Amino acid sequence: MPSDARSLRPRAEHFVAPLEETPLQAVDAVDTTSAPRSMWGEAFRVLVRNPVFIVSALLILLVLFVSAFPGLLTSQDPTYGVLGRANQGPSAEHPFGTTTQGYDVLARTLYGTRTSVTVGFFTMILSTLIGGTLGALAGYLGGFFDAVLSRITDIFFAVPLILGAIVIGNRVDHVTVWIVVVVLGVFGWTNIARIMRGAVISVKNQDFVTASTALGASRPVILLKHVIPNAIAPVIVTATVNLGVFIVAEATLTFLGVGLPPTSVSWGGDISAAQNALRTQPMMLFYPSMALAITVLSFIMLGDAVRDALDPKARKR
Amino acid sequence: MALSRRSMILGTAATGTAAFTLAACGGNGDGGGTGGGSGNDGGSGEAVLANGTEPENPLVPQNTSEVGGGRVIDSIFSGLVYYTHDGKVENEVAESIESEDNQTWTIKIAADQKFSDGTPVTAQSFVDAWNWGANTANAQKSQSFFQPIEGFDVVSADGATADQTLSGLTVVDETTFTVKLVSAQSDFPSRLGYSAYKPLPASAYDDMAAFGEKPVGNGPYMVETWTHDSEIVLVPNPEYSGPRAAQNAGLTFVIYADPDTLYNDLSSSNVDVADQIPDSALSTFEDELGDRAVNEPGAVFQSFTIPQNDPNFSGEAGKLRRQAISRAINRQEICDSLFFGTRTPATDFVAPVIDGGGATDIPGAEVLEFDEAAAKDLWAQAEALQPFSGTFTLSYNADGPHQSWVEAVCNSIKNTLGIEATPQPFPAFGEFREQITARTLKGAFRSGWQADYPSAYNFLGPLYSTAAADGKGSNDGDYKNPEFDALLAEGLAAPDIDAAIEKFKAAEAILMEDLPVIPLWYQNTFGGFSDKVSNVTFGWDTVPLYYAVTK
Amino acid sequence: MIWYIGRRLLQMIPVFLGATLIVYLMAFASSGDPIAAIAGDKPISPAVQQALREQYNLDKPVLVQWLIYLGNVVQGDFGVGFNGRPIMDQIVAAFPVTIRLALIAVVIETIFGVIAGVIAGLKKGTIFDTTLLMLSLVVIAVPTFVIGFTAQFVLGVKLGVVQINVGRDPSWENLLLPGFVLGAVSFAYVLRLTRTSVAEVATADHVRTATAKGLSRGGVITKHILRNSLIPVVTYIGADLGALMGGAIVTERIFNINGIGSLLFRAINAGESPMIVSLVTLLVIIFLLANLIVDLLYAVLDPRIRYAQ
Repeated sequence: MPSDARSLRPRAEHFVAPLEETPLQAVDAVDTTSAPRSMWGEAFRVLVRNPVFIVSALLILLVLFVSAFPGLLTSQDPTYGVLGRANQGPSAEHPFGTTTQGYDVLARTLYGTRTSVTVGFFTMILSTLIGGTLGALAGYLGGFFDAVLSRITDIFFAVPLILGAIVIGNRVDHVTVWIVVVVLGVFGWTNIARIMRGAVISVKNQDFVTASTALGASRPVILLKHVIPNAIAPVIVTATVNLGVFIVAEATLTFLGVGLPPTSVSWGGDISAAQNALRTQPMMLFYPSMALAITVLSFIMLGDAVRDALDPKARKR
Repeated sequence: MALSRRSMILGTAATGTAAFTLAACGGNGDGGGTGGGSGNDGGSGEAVLANGTEPENPLVPQNTSEVGGGRVIDSIFSGLVYYTHDGKVENEVAESIESEDNQTWTIKIAADQKFSDGTPVTAQSFVDAWNWGANTANAQKSQSFFQPIEGFDVVSADGATADQTLSGLTVVDETTFTVKLVSAQSDFPSRLGYSAYKPLPASAYDDMAAFGEKPVGNGPYMVETWTHDSEIVLVPNPEYSGPRAAQNAGLTFVIYADPDTLYNDLSSSNVDVADQIPDSALSTFEDELGDRAVNEPGAVFQSFTIPQNDPNFSGEAGKLRRQAISRAINRQEICDSLFFGTRTPATDFVAPVIDGGGATDIPGAEVLEFDEAAAKDLWAQAEALQPFSGTFTLSYNADGPHQSWVEAVCNSIKNTLGIEATPQPFPAFGEFREQITARTLKGAFRSGWQADYPSAYNFLGPLYSTAAADGKGSNDGDYKNPEFDALLAEGLAAPDIDAAIEKFKAAEAILMEDLPVIPLWYQNTFGGFSDKVSNVTFGWDTVPLYYAVTK
Repeated sequence: MIWYIGRRLLQMIPVFLGATLIVYLMAFASSGDPIAAIAGDKPISPAVQQALREQYNLDKPVLVQWLIYLGNVVQGDFGVGFNGRPIMDQIVAAFPVTIRLALIAVVIETIFGVIAGVIAGLKKGTIFDTTLLMLSLVVIAVPTFVIGFTAQFVLGVKLGVVQINVGRDPSWENLLLPGFVLGAVSFAYVLRLTRTSVAEVATADHVRTATAKGLSRGGVITKHILRNSLIPVVTYIGADLGALMGGAIVTERIFNINGIGSLLFRAINAGESPMIVSLVTLLVIIFLLANLIVDLLYAVLDPRIRYAQ
């Protein structure tokens, strides 16, 4: 207790019972030996008790496992197509049946995971780097830089993600996973930039930042060591949700014929190919759609759970 | 060299067919799209409703090279000749087309022919229209059709002024003109039914853009209204006196953006004549439409080209390798399984319905038959001479309905020969064509041909002759074989059609050995008609003969 | 107020210029030659190609083309499409359908999203809330085109209760299902936003005061909770209008609607840059105006906000 608090005590003598009347109980003890809980430690404690987090984390682990080792779950080659075995229903050899080209649906669904996860993950990284950097600079430097960077953000924000990607995808001759990553990254960073800017502005005026400045830390050091670590939480949440959004975007582009070529095993491509057979073989559409939905769902749920855990107001309930 | 008005349908126009929708079951019959057109306002009977696509240009014959505008142009303009349903050439406006040497042609047109505005159709109407089409200053898409005529090099030069004319065209009198060609070409008259050679009235030249919106022609019909992206209403032309007189009260082209909608309307007889069936209904349309379904051989040839300069496909090893690839493709299975019998496996280089096309007796034609063992054997022989390097790629434009067959062809090659064979899509037709034209495209690429006029030569000369190579024509693979060129020339100079076909078949035998392109299949003419109409015949060029339909 | 609007409109100019330039660069940073696409499978003569190129200004540097384009647009001339028809005519013909489609989508997402969100927010933690939350997640996770096809297949092909193809001149009923599909994802976001916002406001002091003063439950919800929790929702819906126009590309393809989305997709495929740029420009303007309107709505919803200068 600070000294002035003690000096106040006489004037409020009867407001709180004197210490000698109600001695400190165990519950009032302050544990000074354990390390202080950080915001993240606190959030993690909340997370592991949240069933949404458990379910989504398990699903994500499953998705990651499948994308790393699809061959463990099927003996079929997803790129082996023979018309002689086209349009078959489920069988022991092909549990999900075969496509109009005679591909094994199960194998394609499993191997498609890798494409989607790769695109989603790397696009998330790229867009977070672009958006995070621009947002942090705009928020931290303020003034003229802020005005210019915010207008640039507005410009990209005004061009819808899918629209921009279609225009570019249509101009590129041989689309690869990496091109999709770059295209989606270039158009998908705006919400990260806005959130980062807002967070940095609110953090940079706090006392500990002022203190660092007073202690003579340089501006880049303050930005990197003090401001960003304290502003990054909402960015991480949004980035997790974005990952799911990018996976959907890749599938949509491929579906529209401006994404990955048919040679790559991708859920979007498989869904697109399944349309013509929908009347006779609806299950061909079902499996890749289902896999896509589960993957996206698990990332969005994870983002949700993390957001709740980081938000002290939401944590109470 | 000829431009195909159907080229766009081979290329891009059929994007809709590439399936973005489901079709209704033909049986439920309630999903009748948005109903038919409203063009049945004539007093005598109802207009025939036919499917169409929005013309890509104003309706000027010399500027129309795609099917959407082409079918309207053919209905509202008459050329010197017309084609019967089986591709025979008959005089329409012409009374006679004669030549002593196949180089200077004297064309007499029938007297008292009139445009729908009452002005006479004269020799001048043709000569002026052809001069208009040939002159670079007017930038008409069908310009190259006038290439055979003397003086083309002058009017097609970069700085040509609008008043320059073709020196080979001379008006003799009101109804006679002469055409001097740069060389002897015996099949010249058979080309003259193509839209580029149609006449224009004098009033057209004042404002060609306005004319194209409401054209005045000399055909069996005339344009009443053209509502963009919706419908084109044609009514019979009272001034028309030729052999294609309209047998119905009018013709309305209803513009469908999507073939599934069209199919729904067809099954419920909301549209009378349709020449397109969506992919999603290919397997069922013949059962669902019964007698009203049409599926017959058509004049479209599909293939893929392996450029001559591809290092993997050059020399003796290249020859063997081309044959191995060809024998590794199970054409029948693809036609059955993916196209449900709306394609017919190719047996030669000329589509059926054309005289001499669809022949099964070309020496060496067994190279088009699927044979796993033979394919492997040929490939092994090629490998012994020169090992294959890299992967085999087959390029196509993804905005057309090509992905599924390209994928199946590549799989067939891959599974048979055990090599990597990959489809390589180009997002848009433009880029695809540009790389082919610039000769920068590596590997094989899809190719196809729909004849502009019914002649076997049209399937051979423009595609494989030395004269059409190196960017001067449509010989995109730059195939050059003097022996083949000589046989073609002999065929063109032959006194009668049978002798000509003899020569053309001999030329095809050379192609069978060299395989400048790998023939795949002929696309059938397929479509259907409603229960309200009769006398529906599809022409040799897969377009219905609308004037003959009765309702 | 007028000064505020004026300043905002001025701020739009650089955004507008930047967006058109980006789209112009994208549309032209292409190896493809639109003239080759016009030509088709077989070559047109080089002289004609050159003439066409000059006609569409394709022979000039991209920046010059952009400036020419801007100059014409300022004079109200959007140029002529590759099919010889004025671009403005084509846009005007396609626009009403898309507007109707977007309106349906906005109405559906707003009404259903807000109602469901309010209920979920007031009953936070109940089964009802959890179910709605899961449903919204599923709607977000399943791509629009899968929702579209499934709805079309089940409702159109199997049950026959809706028209499968909307066609050329659709009625409002025809557009109901496509509008619903278009608005589905936004509906989910609106629901979630409203729920969070309502749950927060519902425990705020002024709401407790109002309840304590004896106001009816309905009065509290409409006057005190709804009005105060709608700001983030309104922001979202405003920003969403632009995205809806982009989403129309997918929806209009599925249901064959001849609107802006189809026109745009066709233009992109054909490399018809003036058309692409005009359409995207239009979408950007709509987006910017919608955002302005949203900001003005703030003042209505929250009396503390005043646009004085």
